Amino acid sequence: MDKLLNDFSFGLFVWQTLLFVLLLLLLYKYAWKPILNAVDDREEGIKNALAAAEDAKKEMQNVTADSEKLLQEARGEREAMLKEARELREKMVADAKEQAKVEGDKMIIQAKATIDSEKKAAVADIKNQVADLSVQIAEKVLKDQLADKDKQLKLVDDMLGDLKLN
Amino acid sequence: MRSLFTVKVLLFCSIFLGFSLSAEAKEETSEGTKKDIKTEIKEYIDHHLKDSHDFSIFSYTADNGEHVYVGIPLPVILWDNGLQVFSSSQFHHGETLAQAGGNYYALDHGKIYRTDAEGTMTYDEEGHATNARPIDFSITKNVMMMIITGLLMLWLFSSLARSYAKNNGVPTGAGRFFEPIVLYIRDDIARPTIGEKRYKKYMPFLLTIFFFIWFLNMFGLTPLGINVTGNIAITFGLALLTFLITNFTGTKDYWKHLVDPLGDAMPWYGKLPIYIILVPIELLGLIIKPFALLIRLYANMQAGHIVLMSLIGLMFIFKSWIGSPLSFFLAFAITLIEILVALLQAYIFTMLSSLYFGFASEEHDHHEEEPELAHL
Repeated sequence: MDKLLNDFSFGLFVWQTLLFVLLLLLLYKYAWKPILNAVDDREEGIKNALAAAEDAKKEMQNVTADSEKLLQEARGEREAMLKEARELREKMVADAKEQAKVEGDKMIIQAKATIDSEKKAAVADIKNQVADLSVQIAEKVLKDQLADKDKQLKLVDDMLGDLKLN
Repeated sequence: MRSLFTVKVLLFCSIFLGFSLSAEAKEETSEGTKKDIKTEIKEYIDHHLKDSHDFSIFSYTADNGEHVYVGIPLPVILWDNGLQVFSSSQFHHGETLAQAGGNYYALDHGKIYRTDAEGTMTYDEEGHATNARPIDFSITKNVMMMIITGLLMLWLFSSLARSYAKNNGVPTGAGRFFEPIVLYIRDDIARPTIGEKRYKKYMPFLLTIFFFIWFLNMFGLTPLGINVTGNIAITFGLALLTFLITNFTGTKDYWKHLVDPLGDAMPWYGKLPIYIILVPIELLGLIIKPFALLIRLYANMQAGHIVLMSLIGLMFIFKSWIGSPLSFFLAFAITLIEILVALLQAYIFTMLSSLYFGFASEEHDHHEEEPELAHL
């Protein structure tokens, strides 16, 4: 302790205190204050940037969710439209078929009627012609047959013979 | 792991071997010269640990037997019934007297005494000089070193501060190394010990004291032979500042706690007998805390220097092929440890100062404590 006190230099203590306080004040003004302020500013900036990034991320998520929703909606709409179109098509096809069938039936009936009437007319015509022809043939035959007396008799005989057979 | 252990064992073996061999070697040398070297080394260490009025870098004995000192003389400033200023070169390293203002001054073991024209010194039985001592405000080696360190710090940290503005908030150069340390002191020393609200007020002091002690400690490890922080006047000055700042920034709660440590937890008649012991202890603690600070730094740096220089001195005492390299190796290892200690002591001083500031600026939330203590 004695040595310690003996070693104590008052002048050195005064200088040290003086120099240290001076250094403290100078450093405070020219170093620590600007350094700590700059660091604080930087940290504030980083914090803000991080918050902004977080916000942007949230915004992005919202946007993504929105677009997802929109997409979903669009997909649903498309689906509905497609379904409608398909239904419409089917209905149209079915309608067309129905109509075609009805038309066809109608045409067939008409055709049948036409055919019937044509047939009837044709038959009637044929009948008339056959009758005419038969009369003409009969006329010619008769003319031819009746020119000869034997032949007339023979005819009468044949006819009579046929009648007997019946 | 095993190889490390083997290395350790080998190291210990070789140390013992080295000592035993050197002991043998010592016996061969004559008794007289050995003692001479030892006392010379002891004196050299003593001299190194003390402050000096010259900034001497090295000295040698010239061929004609004259001691030649290489260094710079520093101004001597004395208050001896008036200001006396002269160059320390007048002392010729204690060999001659200096004359200033009609008085004669002699240099004895690093201290300046007033003498007569013949330089008569009187000593008491313990060998201390009893001559009158003027108050010495000289720019000694330590003061010079503090000025250099201060300028270095000013340059380093103001350039760091400027680099922020220049480089858009990012430090450049040496600042890249120092900025993390500044941030460490802020985030890991000041903030946890003082608290988020008040730490800013103490930051300049904590930063200054940390770098000041660290730089001076590191300068102490250079071969320039500087021992600033191992000087009791320096550490006293630093601890005194911590003490003053602690008590001047102390809050009402801090002072209240000092004189009334138990608060409302006990009725006054119960507190009275306890306080007879407790309050003096608390008040004593005020002084003990900074005192521990000053002694810790002083003793650590002083001891480091003594150990290091003793090991270097051992090289010259051993003078053997094994002993001297070994003590060199030990000195090298201790130097590495001292580099760590230099940082550690600066950290401890800063940390404890910060802790004391934290105690002083603490504000208790009494409303929360009351129900807790009520049922105790």
